[in-house]
Amino acid sequence: MYLDVLLNKTVGIAGCGGLGSNCAVALARVGIGRLILADFDIIVESNLNRQYFFRDQVGQKKVMALRDNLLRINPSVIVEIHDIKLTPDDILRIFSPCEVIVEAFDQADAKEMIIETVLTGFPDKFLVSGVGLAGWGNNNSIQTKQFGKLYICGDGMNEVSETAPPLAPRVGIVSNMQANVVMEILLGSCPGTQDGQKI
Amino acid sequence: MKIELNNRLEEFSPPTLTISELLKIKNFTFKMLVIKINGQLIRKEEYDQSVIKDGDTVMVLHLISGG
Repeated sequence: MYLDVLLNKTVGIAGCGGLGSNCAVALARVGIGRLILADFDIIVESNLNRQYFFRDQVGQKKVMALRDNLLRINPSVIVEIHDIKLTPDDILRIFSPCEVIVEAFDQADAKEMIIETVLTGFPDKFLVSGVGLAGWGNNNSIQTKQFGKLYICGDGMNEVSETAPPLAPRVGIVSNMQANVVMEILLGSCPGTQDGQKI
Repeated sequence: MKIELNNRLEEFSPPTLTISELLKIKNFTFKMLVIKINGQLIRKEEYDQSVIKDGDTVMVLHLISGG
């Protein structure tokens, strides 16, 4: 039964903003055993257009508020939090119990840093990254690409700018694609489904 | 030479290319990149020396902000 498998799994979430908060919520809902969250930021009002926080949580640390929200959804999930701006050394220390790490940073240079760190320091771990989610519309440009144990979800192209903000629908799609890839890594393909599409 | 670039087969007329030459030919001008040749991570300092040859599998990942 997939629930028993998930219960024994640990997943790391690097960054608890738009991608990380929504991905963590999806994984908590499906019954992942343990989540290790890391972020250094506090919640501001502009985060509420896409991040899984509530208005009365503005001003709180993201890792603490996200733990509260995850436990309200599923009190069984073990949530470990790290209020920290991750360095390569931190990543290798904090995420060592994880089978899969979700890259959910905002900045391109931080994405580059964690991908390089995991590829070199954790060659046996899976890394699921979110790249390209700005703006709205264009559902079908969002995809998942696999390079060995590295998965990239997103359109790979659209960077956040003044005219292309990060917004709930596309950020939600990419973060839930990341959660979906995590499930496939941990469980294999779903036996009740077929590959491909009918329409 | 024929290489697999980002999961797609591509053909180039020179028998070998450095990473820097490949980026120039493909017009990849991105700042934040992660590059692997046959699974091996290539550091930025090595782009001028690292050689891609026939049959290699190359990943050029372009990272952009948003999350």
